[in-house]
Amino acid sequence: MADILVLAEQQLGKLAKASLHAIGAAKILAEKTGGSFEVAVAGHGVAAVAQQLAGYGAAGVVALEHDALAQYTAQAYAQAFGNYAKASGARFVVTAATSIGKDCAPRIAARLGAGMAADIISIEGAAGALVYRRPMWAGNVIAHVKVNTPTVVVSVRPTDFPAAEATGSASPVQSQAASVDAGSLRMHYVGLEKVESSRPSLTDASVVVSGGRGLKEPANFALVEKLADTLGGAVGASRAVVDSGWVPNDWQVGQTGKVVAPKLYIAVGISGAIQHLAGMKGSRTIVAINKDADAPIFQVADYGLVADLFGVVPELTDKLAARKG
Amino acid sequence: MKILVTAKRVTDPYSKIVLKPDRSGIQTDNVEFKMNPFCEIAVEEALRLVDAAGGGEIVVVAVGDEEATKEVRTALAMGADRGYLIEADESKLDSDIVARILVALVAKESPDLVLLGKQAIDGDNNQVAQLTAEYLGWPQATFAYKVELTDGGKGAKVQREVDGGVETVQVSLPAVVTTDLRLNEPRYASLPGIMKAKKKPLETLSPADLGVDTALKVETVGFEPPPSRAAGVKVKTVDELIEKLATEAKAI
Repeated sequence: MADILVLAEQQLGKLAKASLHAIGAAKILAEKTGGSFEVAVAGHGVAAVAQQLAGYGAAGVVALEHDALAQYTAQAYAQAFGNYAKASGARFVVTAATSIGKDCAPRIAARLGAGMAADIISIEGAAGALVYRRPMWAGNVIAHVKVNTPTVVVSVRPTDFPAAEATGSASPVQSQAASVDAGSLRMHYVGLEKVESSRPSLTDASVVVSGGRGLKEPANFALVEKLADTLGGAVGASRAVVDSGWVPNDWQVGQTGKVVAPKLYIAVGISGAIQHLAGMKGSRTIVAINKDADAPIFQVADYGLVADLFGVVPELTDKLAARKG
Repeated sequence: MKILVTAKRVTDPYSKIVLKPDRSGIQTDNVEFKMNPFCEIAVEEALRLVDAAGGGEIVVVAVGDEEATKEVRTALAMGADRGYLIEADESKLDSDIVARILVALVAKESPDLVLLGKQAIDGDNNQVAQLTAEYLGWPQATFAYKVELTDGGKGAKVQREVDGGVETVQVSLPAVVTTDLRLNEPRYASLPGIMKAKKKPLETLSPADLGVDTALKVETVGFEPPPSRAAGVKVKTVDELIEKLATEAKAI
């Protein structure tokens, strides 16, 4: 039995990329503990996802199958994963801090009597004295925490751990009935309202262009979208414009929205509140365009352009398009 | 309808948070404290739901230092009926202890709903509600964007903000729900409300009074400042920006 268990995430048979970052974290943990890791995925009819997970160097992959897992719900998934983790004797349970990870992992920790370090950005120290680093106060402080229980649950911030790369070999894959007490379930999934987009997902994109209140009106958000499309990037937003209903909620970048760390982050008309910075200051290159030279965003920008965005954003878009052509 | 709601005392989200030079904690001299914004939203939602249900009772709880009594009073001033301060040294708490305190209070109060903020803006752990729900064996709906009571108050339909959009789940009560940013806009406590709050029952208990073991499962052993970025430069034109992005940053 492997001492590290990675809980992978799938939705409608599609593996979440964030799970590869969880596997990356498990590999770091395995190196420190001299152990090995196993990967579990839960759902209904997820054999194909399990096969996909077999390419990343796990000692084994297991698909936990049950009718009740056809759609994600916290109760059923916590039972399925928690009961498997208990039976497997895993000492470390690792998952990505996605919506689902945040929703489910603490329940799994409670089932296991385990302490949980949430949204960790690194694993330090040697086996027996591991310390996890995690952001507090919207990333203004980094805390070092240790977990005192025999079993440890961690959720990892995907942007801070490398995505595991395909190893070329194949782990053994098995399928088993998940241990779920269907009679105890008092919740069910009804539906998802999703804005379809052909753009890359915000958390996976290597370029993100975000817009804020400086755009003045919802129609002007098109300037941000056009720039993003020219760069083949994803579109993000500040809390203010999401609150105002200009763009969908899942475009929000920030402490309580999405945390992104693309190669290039362009903030257009965003002042740079602490909570917004929390979601993007790990980006490799940050560009800020704002007509207010004192906007806090300039404190994290590598390149700051103090100018009227209505002039420079179209100019930037046109010139970038011309470079491509 | 009876609702148990939390009200955590935290640093003002707009305060500049800086570590003390010895890194033993944050500097609190110029920092204001107030109710966690997500808890404010939870208190507001409790008030709306009890109203929608045609009446009920709202019990508010803060876990923390004696100062946290202020946040209980604020919730009472907003309209909650009774409050608890579970007095404990905040530096010796973790999410799990707080969850087990809530479990003990649920045993005492038998609420239909436990409402919490999705996370506290100081710890950013986002765990207490989920731990509580699992210990209770209850369903949960986190990151709520909209909550509607259904089936004559026996259930709730909750829209949740998730990575891919807005998800709807149906839970049967009793359940645990956490609030996200856009669920509602909390009311301000009125002056009459503040006056009335002074007379509302507020009981102070310790974790031991509730039979809660306070051994830490997760322990903070140090703090460090966040990684700093090298200072950036201002560019004057779009051409200059493109040039730097291409040659210096190699970002395009």
